[in-house]
Amino acid sequence: MTTPVTTIASGQEGSLKDQFDAYLLRLKAGDMGSLPAIAATVLLALLFAKLSPFFFTNLNFTNLFVQSAELIMLSSALVFVIILAEIDLAAGVTAGVAMAVYITLIQSKGWAWVPALIAAFVTGIVIGWVIGFLVAKVGVPSFVVTLAFFLGFQGMQLVLLGEGGVYRVEQQPILAIMNNNIPVWAGWALVIVSAALLGVLGIWDRSRRARAGLVNRPIAILFIKMGAVVVFGGAGVAIMNQDRSQGVIPIQGVPIVVPITLAVLFVGSFVLERTRFGRHLYAIGGNPEAARRAGIKVTRIRIWAFIVCAVLAVISGVFHASRIGSVDGSAGHSIVLEGVAAAVVGGVSLFGGRGKLANAAIGAIVITMIDNGLGLLQMPAGINFLVAGGVLLLAATIDAGARKRSGSSLARV
Amino acid sequence: MEVPVVELTGIKKSFGPVDVLKGIDFAAYAGKVTALVGDNGAGKSTLIKGLAGVQPYDEGVVRFGGAEVQIRDPREASGLGIEVVYQDLALCENLDIVQNMFLGHEELRTGTLHEAAMELQATKALQSLSVRTVKSVRQKVSSLSGGQRQTVAIARSILREAKLVILDEPTAALGVAQTEQVLNLVRRLADHGVAVIMISHNLSDVFRVADHIAVLYLGRMTAHLKTTETDHSEVVAYITGAKSQEGGN
Ligand SMILES: Nc1ncnc2c1ncn2[C@@H]1O[C@H](COP(=O)(O)OP(=O)(O)OP(=O)(O)O)[C@@H](O)[C@H]1O
Ligand SMILES: [Mg+2]
Repeated sequence: MTTPVTTIASGQEGSLKDQFDAYLLRLKAGDMGSLPAIAATVLLALLFAKLSPFFFTNLNFTNLFVQSAELIMLSSALVFVIILAEIDLAAGVTAGVAMAVYITLIQSKGWAWVPALIAAFVTGIVIGWVIGFLVAKVGVPSFVVTLAFFLGFQGMQLVLLGEGGVYRVEQQPILAIMNNNIPVWAGWALVIVSAALLGVLGIWDRSRRARAGLVNRPIAILFIKMGAVVVFGGAGVAIMNQDRSQGVIPIQGVPIVVPITLAVLFVGSFVLERTRFGRHLYAIGGNPEAARRAGIKVTRIRIWAFIVCAVLAVISGVFHASRIGSVDGSAGHSIVLEGVAAAVVGGVSLFGGRGKLANAAIGAIVITMIDNGLGLLQMPAGINFLVAGGVLLLAATIDAGARKRSGSSLARV
Repeated sequence: MEVPVVELTGIKKSFGPVDVLKGIDFAAYAGKVTALVGDNGAGKSTLIKGLAGVQPYDEGVVRFGGAEVQIRDPREASGLGIEVVYQDLALCENLDIVQNMFLGHEELRTGTLHEAAMELQATKALQSLSVRTVKSVRQKVSSLSGGQRQTVAIARSILREAKLVILDEPTAALGVAQTEQVLNLVRRLADHGVAVIMISHNLSDVFRVADHIAVLYLGRMTAHLKTTETDHSEVVAYITGAKSQEGGN
């Protein structure tokens, strides 16, 4: 053990127990992150499992992940702007318009699916840029800009697709995302790669700290995290790798959408937590004036956030088209509010400056689980909205409570 | 005569119909602490915001190291070696101490944030100020006291090898011990050859550390004094407008 070169702590000192105590302290101080949402997931899962024998079947377990993918992607998209204390109410219809462009190019212009898909993403990028420009450069509040786009783009979808137009998606690679599975072995490989990535990043950070002569947390914490990935990820993959078909042809394996979603979440989190762009997003969300004075190009970063949001929203649109197998004029109208709800339920603060993609993903799973579980119980659709609304209110209340507690520690100074 | 690190000539600034700076001449020298004093609303903060690139001047010439420069945004200011500690500190409460100290100047390695290097340098900077009150450099700024925040803001400016450090009322919110530490730091900065401009309402602080005292009165520079050649009551007379070097300007 080398003696630390510094006398001011970094929060990484002490044994496993010290670290755990410090974690509990942070929880008590209101820094709960996704914990309430994780608790909600577990409670809901137990509740639904008790009420419906079908809930914990292999088929439904897998469905839950497939169903939640669209919302995970959309709420992740929103995180990029919510961190800035902005909002993009047009994220859903941006995806709708992009997919309308996609299907129109294929159906009327005879484009191949790859260029059409690229065109859909370019559409998203342009829309994101225009919204970002109006918000960041012109200074129109994002709520108003994106509400206007939300309304206008519903019209745009109808113009592109015609009243009541429903177009089938026939491109196999697009359909495969939600409907096909990766081989059984690839599912296991996914678990191993995830744990290994976590390990590599952890070791990388530790070696950088060690070379700088800084203290590291007990390495056991890293092993515990990797173990959790192996155990929980492994359990999930084990379930998805079972045959879940109700007919003769076996259906087994992790749906293709799962590794895609994990990859996007990984890259997005990497950008948020380990790059300058991510750091600047949080800084602007925390104190835009301080960010500006620190020389951060606030306008440019704001525009980029809206572009990233739009791109992730288009991915969500692709997932949606893949799942329902068609594109129509009403796609993306209702999902955006669910996306905001998911982010907040997961612990992302609408006040800006706080929240991760993992928060949004867990929130999205909670919301999807409510939909799925109540659907299995054959509750009237109205109940879904009531329960989802209740959960959102609860989450927002917990957030406000936490905010107050950390606020009171501020008031003491 | 020695070339000033920064020299302002004929600086003017107005907000709409209100003329806040009415033709200011001002200079700060390497290794010297220049105190900028004046009553509330005299225009002190406005004068330094122009140097910081936060709020450019309307008119006037800025020379840095003898060469005429344009400071249009904070990045240009920091590129020249100008660092500012604002009255409102301008910290991001949702970020931790290290993240705040490196904000806008993050260290990168292979395109990603080099947290270890930043943490080490931040810790060393804080140690050089003999900061003992901060528990952890990874504390969120929202959990710090006013004095601790001030320390972080000042430590941030010494991280970059600045040629000119501007402090807007650095001791206003501090207790006795921390004021002492900050004044020592200000002196130490200057002894390292940095030009320091310190805005302060506290004349005893000013007389303790400043080499020069510049007095602003209603948007005009009414006096530029050597600390050794003046006294408390004369400075007060300039601040209140009872006296003026400009001679009925
Ligand atoms: N953005 C602005 N818009 C309009 N007026 C402003 C603006 N900023 C400053 N002023 C005015 O300019 C004048 C000088 O303000 P400044 O903040 O420079 O004073 P100061 O000398 O720093 O005062 P204090 O000692 O109270 O900090 C004040 O009358 C203030 O109201
Ligand atoms: Mg001021």
